[in-house]
Amino acid sequence: MRKFDYNTVEEAAKQVYIKALTDLPPDVRGALKRAYERESQPPAREIFKAMFKAIEIADRKKTLVCQDTGLPIYMVKIGSDFPWNGAEIKKRLSKGASRATLEFPFRGSSTHILTRINPQDSVGRGLPVIYWDFVEGSDSLEMLMVPKGSGSENMSTMKMFIPADGKAALKKFVLDAFVASGSNPCPPGIIGVGIGGTADLVMRLAKEAIARPVGERSQQPLIAQMEQELEDAINATGIGPMGLGGDISTLAVHIEWAYTHITQNPVAVNTQCWPARRARAIIHPSGDIEYGF
Amino acid sequence: MATYHLETAFSEQAIRKLKIGDIVYFDGTLFGIRDLTQIYMFDQNHEPPVDMAGHPVIHTAPSLRKVGDKWEKICVGTTTSSRMDRFTPRLLEKCGVRAIIGKGGQYRQSLDAMGKFGAVYLAIVGGAASLETEQIQEVEEVFWEHLHPEALYKFKVKDFGPLTVAMDSHGGHRYFEVKAEAERRLPGIYEKLLA
Repeated sequence: MRKFDYNTVEEAAKQVYIKALTDLPPDVRGALKRAYERESQPPAREIFKAMFKAIEIADRKKTLVCQDTGLPIYMVKIGSDFPWNGAEIKKRLSKGASRATLEFPFRGSSTHILTRINPQDSVGRGLPVIYWDFVEGSDSLEMLMVPKGSGSENMSTMKMFIPADGKAALKKFVLDAFVASGSNPCPPGIIGVGIGGTADLVMRLAKEAIARPVGERSQQPLIAQMEQELEDAINATGIGPMGLGGDISTLAVHIEWAYTHITQNPVAVNTQCWPARRARAIIHPSGDIEYGF
Repeated sequence: MATYHLETAFSEQAIRKLKIGDIVYFDGTLFGIRDLTQIYMFDQNHEPPVDMAGHPVIHTAPSLRKVGDKWEKICVGTTTSSRMDRFTPRLLEKCGVRAIIGKGGQYRQSLDAMGKFGAVYLAIVGGAASLETEQIQEVEEVFWEHLHPEALYKFKVKDFGPLTVAMDSHGGHRYFEVKAEAERRLPGIYEKLLA
C-alpha cells in the first residue's frame, strides 16, 4: 500500500467546516418545510418564510447561514482497515478548522477561558472537540463535523437522578429544560437527549443525538416511544418558532442511551438551533474524499 | 396581526400604533450596537457622535472588512438582547431611539421605558444572518472604530424584516405571554407525558 497523505485529512477537515456553515442538510430543510406546513399561526409562518429565504441566500451566495460559526466538533470514525496515525489525524483536524476560519474567512469564536483573548482561528487548547470511534470491516475514515453556536449550547443541562425517580423524572427534566430555555436556542431545532452512562458520557450522548439526521428514530422501540412522547409534549407548550408562539417548538427529539450504574439515573439535554448544521466527509485509503451530510 | 412597511426616522405615532404580534419591515437607517458600545456610551460617558433620534438600533457585532476608507459587509447577524437590558431605558430617553431589534427580548425596565418614551422591541429571526446581510445595502459609517466589532455602525437597509413586534408601548410583552401560556398548559402536558 502506498503511503497515506495526511494533507487529505486537513483538506477534508477544512471543507466540512465550511460546508456545514453554508449548506444545510436536506433532512433539516425537509423538516423545516414540513413544520411550516403544520404551523397554523400567521406570525410563526412569517418566521419560517424568513428561514427559507436565509437558506436560499446562503445557497446562492455560498455564504454563512448564521454568523455564529460556533466551536468545531469532529466526530471521527476510523475503519479497522484504514492506515492511520491518530496523532497526525488530530493535528490535521485542528489545522483544517483553523484554515477554514482564516481562509473563508469567517469569525473565529474560540477564546481563552480566563483572559478572554480570541486567537481568531476557532481552535486553541482542547479544541476542536474530537470524538473517536472505530468501525469493524471498513477501510475509510469518516468525519462528521458539527459546528455548535452558543445560543443553543448555553442551554445545555444535565442531572444525576436516582433509580427511585424513575423514567418520569427523565422526561420531566427534558420538558422543563426546554420551557426554561424559551427563545434562546433559536427554536424549532433538535432536542438532543442523553440517558444513562456516567456524568460525562450522558452529555456526549446528548451531543451525538443532535448529530443524527432530523427525525431518524431510535432503533430501540422503548427509546423511540420516549422520543415521540417528548416531541408531542414539547410541541404542546406553544413556545413556537423563535419563542414567539406557535404550534411547532421542535423539529425532533433524539435520544441516545447507554447502560448506567445500578444506583444512577442520569439525563442530559443538548439543544440544536433551527439551522441544524452538520457535514460529513469520508476519506478512502486512495485519498479520494466523498462529501455529504 | 397587521403587517407594516415603515420608513426611518419613525414617528412616535407610528410606533405607538404597533401591537405585539404585528410584523414590521422598514427602509432607511439602522444603527448597530452591542454590549461594549453601550458600556462606552453610558458607563464611560461618551456622547454619541451621531443623532439616533427616531431610529432603530440592532444588537450585533458585525463581520466587516475595510477596503481603503470604505467598510464592506461580510456577515451581519443578531445577538441575544437580554444582556443589554440595563442600557435600554437610557437609549430611549437620551438618544430618542424608537425601536430595539434583537433576539430573545428584554425585561420589565425596558418594557416600562418603551411605554414611557414610545418605543418597541422588534424580534428578528435568529440564525438568519444571510438574509439580514442581504437586506443591509451599505455600511455608511463606523463610529468609534477602535471598538470594532462592538463599535457604533450606521447601516442603510431596504425591506429589513420580517420583524415581530415582541414588546410594545402598551405594556404588551410577547415572550412573557408565551411563557405564561406554556405554564398554564404544563399541568395537562405532565399528566399525559408522565402517566
